[in-house]
Amino acid sequence: MTVEKIYVFKKFERFWHWSQALLIIFMLLTGFEVHGSYHLFGFADAVGMHTVAAWTLVGLWVFAIFWHFTTGEWKQYIPTSDKVVAMMKFYSVGIFKGAPHPYRPTTLKKHNPLQRLAYLGVLLFIGPLLWFTGWFYLFFGDWKAWGVDGLLSLEWIAFFHTAGAFMMLAFLIAHIYLTTTGHTPTSHIKAMITGWEEVD
Amino acid sequence: MNMTSISNTMLAICVAIAMQVAGPATAADKAPGTSPQANAAGKVSTADHGKFPELDRPFKTGPEVTQACLICHTEAAQQVQHTKHWTWLSTDPKTGQVRGKKNIINNYCTSVVSNEKDCMACHAGYGWKDQTFDFSVQKNVDCLVCHDGTGTYRKLPGYAGHPVYKRVEFPHGSGKFVEPVDLRKVAQSIQLPSRSNCGSCHFFGGGANGAKHGDMDSSLQHPGRYLDVHMDEKGLNFSCTTCHATKRHEVSGSRYNMMASRSGEAGIRGNADADPASCQACHGNKPHHQARLDQHTERIACQTCHIPEFARNDIGTELSWDWSKATIMGPDGKRMVRKDSAGRRAFDSQKGEWKWESHVIPEYRWFNGTSTYKVIGDKIDPSKPVQLSVVGGGADDPESRIWPTKVHRGKQPYDTVNMTLTVQHTGGEDATALWHNYDWQKAIGTGMNAAGLPYSGKFDFVETELTWPITHMVAPKQDALSCEQCHSKNGRLKDIEGIYMPARDGSRWLDIVGWALALLTLIGVVVHGAIRVVNSRKAG
Repeated sequence: MTVEKIYVFKKFERFWHWSQALLIIFMLLTGFEVHGSYHLFGFADAVGMHTVAAWTLVGLWVFAIFWHFTTGEWKQYIPTSDKVVAMMKFYSVGIFKGAPHPYRPTTLKKHNPLQRLAYLGVLLFIGPLLWFTGWFYLFFGDWKAWGVDGLLSLEWIAFFHTAGAFMMLAFLIAHIYLTTTGHTPTSHIKAMITGWEEVD
Repeated sequence: MNMTSISNTMLAICVAIAMQVAGPATAADKAPGTSPQANAAGKVSTADHGKFPELDRPFKTGPEVTQACLICHTEAAQQVQHTKHWTWLSTDPKTGQVRGKKNIINNYCTSVVSNEKDCMACHAGYGWKDQTFDFSVQKNVDCLVCHDGTGTYRKLPGYAGHPVYKRVEFPHGSGKFVEPVDLRKVAQSIQLPSRSNCGSCHFFGGGANGAKHGDMDSSLQHPGRYLDVHMDEKGLNFSCTTCHATKRHEVSGSRYNMMASRSGEAGIRGNADADPASCQACHGNKPHHQARLDQHTERIACQTCHIPEFARNDIGTELSWDWSKATIMGPDGKRMVRKDSAGRRAFDSQKGEWKWESHVIPEYRWFNGTSTYKVIGDKIDPSKPVQLSVVGGGADDPESRIWPTKVHRGKQPYDTVNMTLTVQHTGGEDATALWHNYDWQKAIGTGMNAAGLPYSGKFDFVETELTWPITHMVAPKQDALSCEQCHSKNGRLKDIEGIYMPARDGSRWLDIVGWALALLTLIGVVVHGAIRVVNSRKAG
């Protein structure tokens, strides 16, 4: 079997990924302190840094959305049923036997079918849940002026924001582990750093 | 003198007693300040009362001085007569209940009725010795207690509001003497009320320095920045009336009808709607230049963060008064008096047992500005602590804010058949006064009779609580509460209901499910990875 290298992640994409990763980890860290789970930075600093990170992420997303639509890369997240079952079989059985990866990424289709589903879930569910609740959490003081103080309660906004955070944490754990499931345990990570993925 | 405190019930006796301990305000207390508010008669006023021929004569009594005042200040007495400082009455605008020092029962000296001779040492008048006092006589208004600039004008208990005209031994049998006041000198010293004028009553309410309020005591005569950022003698040097702006002798800002929340921009001084005695009157309700802090003003009173503790000095404040211990005599059968380690009254056979504390952390309550008071004759339920005054409001009330309060706890007698708190005749040296005879039955009998209430002849003691909002002794901003003092599991506001507070609140089951999800994911990937490693070794 020959090892072939293909270019899957462009420069901006890699920058987006890693800065977003740092921001999300940092926001989990500060966010759960605001939630009262532990004491680390102190409540006031945790709130302040969480907010700064949130605005930074908003800025990053403005660029990312622009990039995805101008480059057409958004199509990478269109879900497909093709090979979903094969992927699940691979992760649950084949991977232990050293079976070949059923999906071969290309520059045009860099995500395997499960990735597409997972990332789409993050982008369309966990993300918006956090964005929406986070926005109202942040602007709690303006609810009255916006006329939504009768519709929303801080308790439920915080509840769903926290729920979103737990889902993001679970995603993060699984995501980090799954980076080791490439051609070699580090080939996915290398790809995210250099842009070049080793494939079988 | 300010209205807020007038509200303090039973100030009267209190001052008197307090003065035994603390002594009167002295001339030194009146050192001129740097701001125009402080004792400024000679500095900013266009009139020097020392040059008025009407005042340059001997006066035999207080009312004589008042008559001289009224020659020029023709409307002054009738203005005062419309204020709580004179009537000791206050009507609740919502319920119509008539409160005021004259009607309520408090947790300190309990009631003024039948004790007027002593209590009225703090009445801004002369001669209120019993129920027959005529409130319409103008010369009986006491101008001097609020406007004395000498610091020598002193009213003792037992004289129904008159100062001392003849040298007298005080306290009786103590061998100490109080000299008669020089009314000519006092009349010629007239000034705008200073901190000491207001403080002569309001600092000593409850019978001792700092006893009653906890956020007002004699340390406010010369406060530093730490104690009170506005009154700081070397800084802003506010007098009481800087905030309690006064019009027609009506002093703004009364605890009986407080403004618990105030929205919008800072107001204009002198505008009756501006409630000048509120923080927001000057600061507005968005004063932080930081949106997140400003949004707290929707739910939290300024005082909650900016008065992190009250009684921030060694004077301290009284936290309980147990009247049931009164009449317990010493081993020799005589009156017994004991002080605590800080020199504050701890026990007295006349009055019972006290507990004091300095640097007190407030108890927090929702408060909408309206308090409910027990007035003389109200029915009580002795199975639980009787709320002598309780602050109204709640999370659902948009006018309510979370306020710091002082809760004073005590025990006092009640009629076990009629289920009313009793009125007792305490002060005086007559045949039924408690402090002279140590006989509760006689004292209650006389008190109830004076109050016109039935008394069954059976009494016991009941637990009582008095809740007052805290609003003075505002700390510099660096001493304000930090976020975490409330935003934590066991923070200052742990018992406040009806609001969601990040870090304090959260769904317990969401936490369980959420952490379980994360943990199971972690276990899943670890197991998955371990199997891969093991299998690859076998294969290898």
